[in-house]
Amino acid sequence: MKCAKTPLKGWKELPEGGTITEPGSSVLFDASAWRTSMPIIDHAKCTKCGMCWIFCPEAAIKVNPDGSYEVEYMYCKGCGICEKACAVKAIKMEEEKK
Amino acid sequence: MLEIRWHGRGGQGAVTAAEILATAVINEGRYAQAFAAFGPERRGAPVLAFTRISDSEILLRSQIYEPDVIVVLDKNLCTMEGVSDGLKHGGTVVLNTNAPPESFVSTFPQASRIATVNATKIAIEIIGSPITNTAILGALVKVTGIAKMGTLEDIFNERFKAYAEKNVNTARRAYGETTIMERDV
Amino acid sequence: MKKVGLSGNYAIAYAVKMADVDVIAAYPITPQTTIVEKLSEFVANGELDADYINVESEHSAMSACVGASMTGARVFTATSSQGLAFMHEVLFMASALRTPMVMANVNRALSAPLNIWNDHADAMAERDAGWIQLWVSSAQEAYDTTLMAFKLSEETRLPVMVNLDGYILSHTYEPVELIAEETVREYIPSKPLVNRLSPKTAFSVGVVGPPEYYFEMKYQAIDAIERSRMSISKITADFNRSFGRSYDDVYAYGMEDAEYALLTMGSMTGSARVVAEELRKEGLKAGVVSIRTFRPFPVERLIKKVDGLKGLGVMDRASTPGGPSNPLFSDIATCLYGLKDRPILQSFVSGLGGRDISLDNFRTMFKATKEAADAKAPKPCMYVGLRE
Ligand code: SF4
Ligand code: SF4
Repeated sequence: MKCAKTPLKGWKELPEGGTITEPGSSVLFDASAWRTSMPIIDHAKCTKCGMCWIFCPEAAIKVNPDGSYEVEYMYCKGCGICEKACAVKAIKMEEEKK
Repeated sequence: MLEIRWHGRGGQGAVTAAEILATAVINEGRYAQAFAAFGPERRGAPVLAFTRISDSEILLRSQIYEPDVIVVLDKNLCTMEGVSDGLKHGGTVVLNTNAPPESFVSTFPQASRIATVNATKIAIEIIGSPITNTAILGALVKVTGIAKMGTLEDIFNERFKAYAEKNVNTARRAYGETTIMERDV
Repeated sequence: MKKVGLSGNYAIAYAVKMADVDVIAAYPITPQTTIVEKLSEFVANGELDADYINVESEHSAMSACVGASMTGARVFTATSSQGLAFMHEVLFMASALRTPMVMANVNRALSAPLNIWNDHADAMAERDAGWIQLWVSSAQEAYDTTLMAFKLSEETRLPVMVNLDGYILSHTYEPVELIAEETVREYIPSKPLVNRLSPKTAFSVGVVGPPEYYFEMKYQAIDAIERSRMSISKITADFNRSFGRSYDDVYAYGMEDAEYALLTMGSMTGSARVVAEELRKEGLKAGVVSIRTFRPFPVERLIKKVDGLKGLGVMDRASTPGGPSNPLFSDIATCLYGLKDRPILQSFVSGLGGRDISLDNFRTMFKATKEAADAKAPKPCMYVGLRE
């Protein structure tokens, strides 16, 4: 588990007006340590409806070129919303093993 | 410093007259201020406007309480209660009325000059509506010589566009038809 | 240069047109309306190439201005009273997000009772919004200050509010010397600002500032307005030199040897000076100080100007109900607190809701200031012109 502790920048170093000038910096943000349970997709049951992809608050579910859905565990915080959103119960929250 | 108070009714152009006079004075290279006692603007409601004129920069920003000149654009306001309030001793009055100046001595006992002109008649005959401001400006210029008629006419041309000529004619005729009475006070 | 007769509002509209703004977003409100009315006319007839955004409220007007400023556009808006109050929360964003823009605030009382006339309550209520607040005392100054405001805003990356008294300045016609449009364009060339949003650059603005960051971000805006003092001095000096004016962040009359003075802001200044001149003829060493830059407050300049003064009457055209004193008085007292020899301060509130401040009122205030100073005992705040 990563536990980044970089020293916080002072007012002179921070970008003016709190502007974030580097686009897409959130891809570097690792939320995996927040998880106590993890979603597992049963691809046999999955109908590829995309509801989990819509509802995931962390945009942690990705669509593959073949239309199948997959969890990107670095961004998944384990909230379980995808499990609730899946009508055919193809997603199960299981105990975090890390 | 010369201070003028204008009395009119909403729609007669008292505020515009105060502004035109100030603009004329400024265009002639002197200093002037024009402002109005703004309220809920309604056509027909009594309106007060003011012009201050000076040879040097005007710093004063309070209202005018003791005018040197009172101008009344509306017949029914000429004898209204309070119309002569604060007029300086020896001041000037310019009235839109069909009555002679002598009949206003009791209303303006402190005035040394009373001028009258039938501005409503002239405006209706030339412009076609009872907007008396340009007629009264003609009369005021005749009585006081505050600005040149030519300067006023230039402003009418700029400001009234299609109605410029009619307003020029109105002011000229009023200039000619103004009756002035002088008296010792 | 030839002078033309213009109202304070039209003088501002001409300045904004000559500054070649890119975006105007405003909602009409008396007595500001004739500014944006004139500007929309300029846009409609092609004299000004700008986007005029019609919004449904002042809250949206200010929001649109913040967004437009982010894109690097030169932005203008105008408002008064309730309109400024409705902008309140967005004003703080404009300063902390460091979005340059110029706003004309035509000072008007706040309801209730409903009142469209002048006092300073609207601007005083936004004192802490992080905006540079400039105050003018004539139509000429409204025009000149608006031009300087664009330069100042873009240099400091802070929003600037130009305050002019409703009706007393906004609707009064007086001589204004307009600078040639080409000269103005040279003075403030239109150049897109850096680091701003565009379809080609992806930025995140208006981000969350948790306790670990908010303090630092807020301090940036505090530091910026502190540093703007330098820009104000430089820009004012440049402007004076280029266009033959003589502005200063503190206007002073007779302060070289004055013993008693009134401190004013905005249009009250001229009448105060007329009375000071009159009192000088009677042998009283009277003076007038007027604050042109209310934020940032000209602390050092003020201390210099009041040096040697026996009594200073501070005229607030607003009140702080229940406060220890009124907004301007508080600032003055704070500035002078550390001095060993400071004048006796007498507090006045007058002219609320458009009540005329007559020359007699000014005479009363000079007299009360002298009495307070001579007795070394100021009275509690005097409400001048109030009927018992
Ligand atoms: S558990 Fe939450 S964060 Fe993880 S994939 Fe499901 S919805 Fe997204
Ligand atoms: S919600 Fe369920 S069925 Fe729909 S795509 Fe996600 S896992 Fe598959």
